[in-house]
Amino acid sequence: MKIAVASGKGGTGKTTVAVNLAIALGSAQILDCDVEEPNCNLFLGYDLEKQEDVEIMVPELDSGKCTLCGRCADLCQYNAIAKLPRSIRLFPKLCHGCGGCTLICPEKAIIEKRRSIGLIEKGTNENCSIELFQGTLDIGEPMASPVIRQLQAHIDESTVAIIDSPPGTACSVIASVAGMDYCVLVTEPTPFGLNDLVLAVEVVRQMNIPFGVVINRNGLGDGRIEDYCRTESIPVLMRIPFDRDIAVLYSKGIPFVEAMPIWKENFRELYKHISKSVSYRGGV
Amino acid sequence: MVKQLAVISGKGGTGKTTITSSFAALAENAVIADCDVDAADLHLILDPKTFETYGFYGLKVATINKDLCTACGECTNFCRFDAIDKYMHIDVYKCEGCAVCKYVCPENAIIMADKKAGEYYCSNTRFGPMVHAKLSAGEEASGKLVSNVKRRAHELASEDDRDLIIIDGPPGTGCAVIAAITGTDLVLIVTEPTVSGLHDLERVLLLVEHFRIPALVCINKYDINEEMSCDMMAHCQSRGVSVVGLLPYDISPLDAMMNSKAVVEYCGNEFSDRIRSLWSEVISQMQGMH
Repeated sequence: MKIAVASGKGGTGKTTVAVNLAIALGSAQILDCDVEEPNCNLFLGYDLEKQEDVEIMVPELDSGKCTLCGRCADLCQYNAIAKLPRSIRLFPKLCHGCGGCTLICPEKAIIEKRRSIGLIEKGTNENCSIELFQGTLDIGEPMASPVIRQLQAHIDESTVAIIDSPPGTACSVIASVAGMDYCVLVTEPTPFGLNDLVLAVEVVRQMNIPFGVVINRNGLGDGRIEDYCRTESIPVLMRIPFDRDIAVLYSKGIPFVEAMPIWKENFRELYKHISKSVSYRGGV
Repeated sequence: MVKQLAVISGKGGTGKTTITSSFAALAENAVIADCDVDAADLHLILDPKTFETYGFYGLKVATINKDLCTACGECTNFCRFDAIDKYMHIDVYKCEGCAVCKYVCPENAIIMADKKAGEYYCSNTRFGPMVHAKLSAGEEASGKLVSNVKRRAHELASEDDRDLIIIDGPPGTGCAVIAAITGTDLVLIVTEPTVSGLHDLERVLLLVEHFRIPALVCINKYDINEEMSCDMMAHCQSRGVSVVGLLPYDISPLDAMMNSKAVVEYCGNEFSDRIRSLWSEVISQMQGMH
């Protein structure tokens, strides 16, 4: 079972839901796909061990062989190669690693070399029942999706894999939620929360992934999220109250199910609801 | 000379748009640019009246002409993004528009088609002109759309003799944020005193250092964990970055949001006084720069 936790708006509580769900289940895998700002381990405190670098292939030019024909620059769709009057200039950070330039170069003047853009680390709890894989995009690197895709290669299909997605609705969110059995959208009952929830719903509907909503900071704002979900027939899976104690625990990096054990049961119910709707749909 | 101020955060939901909307209200001669193109919210406060709409075309997408295709499989073999399966079906979510398939296809059966990936708009608001955008769900190239928004904002500022562009930035540290802060004169980082806030602040400070952009920090809701706020201030000090604002936890930004108002125009409480002094501090720092 693969469950993504996504949101549209940032700061609504994706990490809170992902981490607390894993702890409540007792046995699970967490993949922190918010590789620009990975936060799950701030709440888990595991010792992380490096698994691998995330590398993409970027071009390297042998200027002795280059005849400045410029075909590489014409083919490159990412402006990662520029033809100047007397040289070819490469911009490796813009390169997506498609390999087109090496294929098209008639002089074989371009070879590929590996360039690291991030890393993947792993940690577990004491009895190894919860496993965390964390991806981190190097500072100054623009492309998160290759890190996310490589992180997802670590998904263990035999357990419950919980994916903490980045905020927004752009390509890194697609990379995170693609192929999931279910998507939990976390929001808050405010105008910004609703606006961004609607955008996120558009994404998961387009991708044909079953989904439900968790309302965090319930009690703030008004009933607009409930109204929207009712009109759209979207299940509200859980309501986490707007509560100073929960906010303080969060600020200190303590998963609130640890301090408020009743919530473990609520998260298990949430999981039951998800697995029922996934099996109903003929999935896992 | 048009100056550019970007408000960013690393972590989402720390209050960027609350602060930007108030800055828009307080600025006298600015263009506002909402660069959070995939989850834009500023328009909910500024109620823009759009007078120009532009289509945004990001990366192209491959399409196969089945009449010409002989199913040789070269495109599938050479695609590095797993976007073409063995039945020559193209997954548009995976296609990154590199055109390698078109190049290797011996039958010239593949064309690279333009794909509309969003729109951007020039609008008027009660606080001045605004450029904003909507990236279509799941699209690539959000950085490119951010650059388009910024370019149009710059043109508007020049045409209209405005001296400042206020940029509401996206969360994170990746392509959209890099595009949002590139070429700006000053970045204001909005954070909150939580373990996530601190962690993300550290990363975003490294980012602005990497691009050599001067930065200031504002801690929002500083009183929900004052000890953490002190740690954050010490961290900023050790990196030579000034903390220019401490905003208390307050319900008024939400009340203002529910009424589609910037908090400084909605009420005159302590919270909005603090935003006003934050604004003066930011402006005086910008004026002191050359």
